Amino acid sequence: MHELSIVMSIVDIAQQQAEKADAVMIDEIEMDIGCLTTIEMNAFEFAWKQGVKQTMLESAVKKINRIKGKAKCLDCEALFPLENVYDACPVCGEHLIDIIEGKELRVKSLLVS
Amino acid sequence: MCATCGCDADGKVTMHEPGHHHDHHHHSHDHQKKVVDVEKDILHENNLLAERNRGYFEAKNMLALNLVSSPGSGKTSLLERTLTDLKGELDFAVIEGDQQTTNDADRIHATGTKVVQINTGKGCHLDAHMVLHALQGMKPKNDSVLFIENVGNLVCPAMFDLGEKERVVIISVTEGDDKPLKYPDMFYSSSLCIINKIDLLPYVPFDIEKVKANAKKVNHKLEIMEVSCTSGEGLQQWYNWLKSKVLAPESV
Repeated sequence: MHELSIVMSIVDIAQQQAEKADAVMIDEIEMDIGCLTTIEMNAFEFAWKQGVKQTMLESAVKKINRIKGKAKCLDCEALFPLENVYDACPVCGEHLIDIIEGKELRVKSLLVS
Repeated sequence: MCATCGCDADGKVTMHEPGHHHDHHHHSHDHQKKVVDVEKDILHENNLLAERNRGYFEAKNMLALNLVSSPGSGKTSLLERTLTDLKGELDFAVIEGDQQTTNDADRIHATGTKVVQINTGKGCHLDAHMVLHALQGMKPKNDSVLFIENVGNLVCPAMFDLGEKERVVIISVTEGDDKPLKYPDMFYSSSLCIINKIDLLPYVPFDIEKVKANAKKVNHKLEIMEVSCTSGEGLQQWYNWLKSKVLAPESV
């Protein structure tokens, strides 16, 4: 259940930024969560419900951008979508790949009032 | 400017969409909405503390290793053997992470090594902050090797940098040879994989070539070693690896 630690980190970041902007409430939060991170979305939703209680995020609408996995083959330089980190390059079949996208874990912006 | 209606704080309308009717009163703007650009990594706080730990290790010329695996793969046994066999050759310190008990720390303490136990309570992983506190209490020696034995869990510890130089994942032959595929993140984020309990290979349906191939599929840079803490087979290779890392010059 590392999702709860993740939610608590999000709460900390969001509250710090909202307080800096002299806000009393967070209406909306936008985040990037890559598909290749170990975030299990059901666990995340559950942790979110518990974690935001009595915080400025309690009634915030959350917008999550799921960033799909993308890799570059180090052998043939092909760029391709990556569903699992153990997938091979679809062009040459090699596993010598570099993950370029899909590992994001970021708070992008807040709408505060 | 109000994001809802486009008026500014003193009620003057500065922006209108065609056909937008102002059927509400201009209000005092104590509820004014604004967008705050954050663009911050969610693990930012942990990563900062991890870098702080890393700086501490570098300043003291320590080699910090984060040992991760599922419960029961033999992390503590590997440490016991290592600490005993290399006693006098290298200085060691150990941080033990478990949800409860000091059992593991007691086993390490019995080898005469400095050890701190972290109990995470309900927590499923160590984080950089816990390690920072453990370090403050233990004051490890300069030029020593610090083993951080993480909570037995192949999922959660993968996300949390502790400031270690290398992450070592341990898997035993009594587990499935498809484990690197089932729990790819831990194998992806590690630089060394130790396959433990190879003395049991004749008794279990574990295909060692298959597990290696699976691990390499996830992480082509992963180094792999086979050992048995019971028979001692393969341990020399692990000890050589450790010594080479201690002697390696800083690449800054």
